[in-house]
Amino acid sequence: MKFSEQTEARLARLIESRPPGHLRSALVPMLLFIQDEVGAITPEVVEEVCQRLGVSRRDVEEVVSYYSMLRRKPAGRYHIQICTNISCMLVGGAELFEHACRKLGIGHHGVTEDGMFSLEEVECIGACCWGPAMQVNYDYHHHVTPEVFDRLIEQLRDNGGKARER
Amino acid sequence: MPELIRLTIDGRSVEVEPGTLVIEAARRVGVKIPSFCYYEGLSLAGACRMCLVEVEKMPKLQTACTLVATPGMVVRTDTPQVAEARRAMVEFLLTNHPLDCPVCDKGGECELQDMAFRYGAAESRYLEAKHHVPEQQWSPVVFYDRPRCILCYRCVRVCDEGMGVGALGVVNRGGRSEIAPNRGDHLECDECGACIDICPVGALTSGMYRYQTRPWEMNHVGTICAFCADGCKTTLGVYHDRIMRGNNRDRSGLNGEFLCIKGRYAADFPHHPARLSRPLVRQDGELRPASWLEALSLVEARLREALAAGSPIGVIGSNHTTNEENYFLQKFARQWLKTNHLDHQRTGDVPALASALAGREGTLASTEDLYTARAVLVVGADLAQQHPLLSWQIRANWRHHRARIYVVTTGPVREDRYAARSVRVEPGGELEGLLALAEALRAEPDLVILFGDAIQGEDVARLVAFGDSLGIPVKYVCLVDYANSRGAADMGLLPDLGPGYQPLERPGMTLEEMLECPDLAVLWVVGANPLIGRQRPPSRFLLVQDLFLTETARLADVVLPAASAYEKDGTVTNVCGEVQRLRKVVAVAGVKTDLEIFSLLACRMGFQKDPVGWETVLREIADAVPGYRLSVPALLAGAPQRTHFASQASSSRRGKVRSARDTLFTSGTLGRFATILSQVREAPGALYRG
Repeated sequence: MKFSEQTEARLARLIESRPPGHLRSALVPMLLFIQDEVGAITPEVVEEVCQRLGVSRRDVEEVVSYYSMLRRKPAGRYHIQICTNISCMLVGGAELFEHACRKLGIGHHGVTEDGMFSLEEVECIGACCWGPAMQVNYDYHHHVTPEVFDRLIEQLRDNGGKARER
Repeated sequence: MPELIRLTIDGRSVEVEPGTLVIEAARRVGVKIPSFCYYEGLSLAGACRMCLVEVEKMPKLQTACTLVATPGMVVRTDTPQVAEARRAMVEFLLTNHPLDCPVCDKGGECELQDMAFRYGAAESRYLEAKHHVPEQQWSPVVFYDRPRCILCYRCVRVCDEGMGVGALGVVNRGGRSEIAPNRGDHLECDECGACIDICPVGALTSGMYRYQTRPWEMNHVGTICAFCADGCKTTLGVYHDRIMRGNNRDRSGLNGEFLCIKGRYAADFPHHPARLSRPLVRQDGELRPASWLEALSLVEARLREALAAGSPIGVIGSNHTTNEENYFLQKFARQWLKTNHLDHQRTGDVPALASALAGREGTLASTEDLYTARAVLVVGADLAQQHPLLSWQIRANWRHHRARIYVVTTGPVREDRYAARSVRVEPGGELEGLLALAEALRAEPDLVILFGDAIQGEDVARLVAFGDSLGIPVKYVCLVDYANSRGAADMGLLPDLGPGYQPLERPGMTLEEMLECPDLAVLWVVGANPLIGRQRPPSRFLLVQDLFLTETARLADVVLPAASAYEKDGTVTNVCGEVQRLRKVVAVAGVKTDLEIFSLLACRMGFQKDPVGWETVLREIADAVPGYRLSVPALLAGAPQRTHFASQASSSRRGKVRSARDTLFTSGTLGRFATILSQVREAPGALYRG
């Protein structure tokens, strides 16, 4: 498998930065970088990572199945992660998540038909001071009320939002 | 000797070597700390939290299995807090564990059951539905029942570290974690079953034993595995005269807990439907069943005729029969039948090594030496396929002692992964390939060299000369194929050498020559299948003793059904020259042991008055075979006894030496009749892919 010039450069830096004999410690970041480009950890990606790091397929499967941010199937263009952990829940995180489900017509781990949005209920994302918090791809959004959420969705749909393309 | 560390455990003072774990230190003063994930010899996991103990000046309970003893440490395992922790851990482990103990294979020998009995609570507060996942079959040998799994990772570690295979992993997270096989829904591995035996609960169960019987209903008999030459002790579970399983969970014997698929699951061959149970005699071109009396009378008559006419008689011995049987057979042939036409299928050139090392003390490596030597050199052998125990020992040596491993082979082998140097050579180039390693080997404190049939004849002497030139202590192992290949050579089943490699004045015919010789009046084949893919030999009368109607037996004039290694007592000698006790495990109707057959014939022919038992022959061996003066009480108690080569040992100048190159899933003719073994035939070589 060959990736874009930009991704290949990131992967090369990743491998260079490992001390000798510790190549397997590059496994998690490598999977994340590749997922950013491909959209998911496909069987071909697993095979490719095995080759590049000299680890077994079992080693990769263990990691992919453990970390929830690694996906087997592609997410939407905008992947929305809403925190419903204690701090966010106390200020309306759970309601926000329910609202998002209704608004997008999808549930936890769902993808909209047009492939634009996907939704995930997540544990703490480390933004407890500014709850309810959510993440769209790599961008954080704070104090998200249902109204703020709706506005953001419209903006993203018009592609005027500030969320980076993956 | 480093200074010992003194600590206190439950008020008892104990001194231990630096680096000792608290769980081990406690064991020395008789304090048993419960644990699931801790397993001596494997890496530490700290996963099960069962071994929590209180340590003075430490704020929280500590896991005794990962805590290294330090001077002045005060450990308590008998406080209410520790008891409460253990009770809570058992309760936690039981949240999703099904209570199917009445039908679980592990019931009665389950560590979780024992822990719940000793440390658990009688009541559970857990009311929620248990998380259930259907059981999975990963191979004909391995089944996995996720709900029973307590995630101690022993199986993952024994496969990774002990076996060097790494076929098991852990997928998912938290309460959904489970053990997963390397090929998605199935296993591709050695199929050794180490994961099953090491499992403290009934999560991993074996295809051979599951739902067959209960542990306490069986008799457990420790004997020596009937397949390769490594001589592993296997404890066979017997129910109603049927072998239900093999294991070595008590870690006794020279193999510790190690067994490969043959030791664990190939013990079904005694009960194979094709097993012979009556003698067969040829009448009008067809073999028909006959009584023992009729068959033995016929054999007696033919032998008497041959002796009276002075016609030559040929004898081909076995790689599987006991030392007593081999010794008695050569005595029968040489002393009574007055023939030196005696041979067996030779799979390694032991006589050449005996002659090269004649009179030298301490130059034969034992199984233990492979674990303690500072350096090991493997020449021309794929140990993981052909000698799994030796491979296991070397791997453990590398893991525990950082031993340096050197490899000279024609293709990739498992040892490559941790070898200090691997040299690839063309077939026949093994000796030359060694030279590249000379400098590195000279720097080693000591060395064990293992060599296969690639090194034979004069090359063995050259190899020993190479060893001498290194200027360090060197020990040797000559690799041979089957359970008593080494014993067959030691007992003198050779055309030009008697017991203990003593040269004979008038050498007889080799195996090949006997098969071609038109003058032989009788050819007597014991437990061997030399005629596979060949015509009937021109000898006038062909007598075969075997377990099955093999290709050779099909051509015989008389076939006598013999008892297998699991149906008799005696001794066998392993590849390292260690003699061990074989114990009768089951009785199979209609068969006789080879010794019984020889002995009955000898009585009928007037060579001896009464049949002899194996103990009598063993005493005779001690007197007659140099290097076999063994401690019989120690042998009977189960301790392997080391042999040595006599000072006058000579090399065999005649005959062919060739290994059958069996894999983990084949074992000559015998392997074909082990049902489970033939069901899991992974392609050899595929095991080396990641």
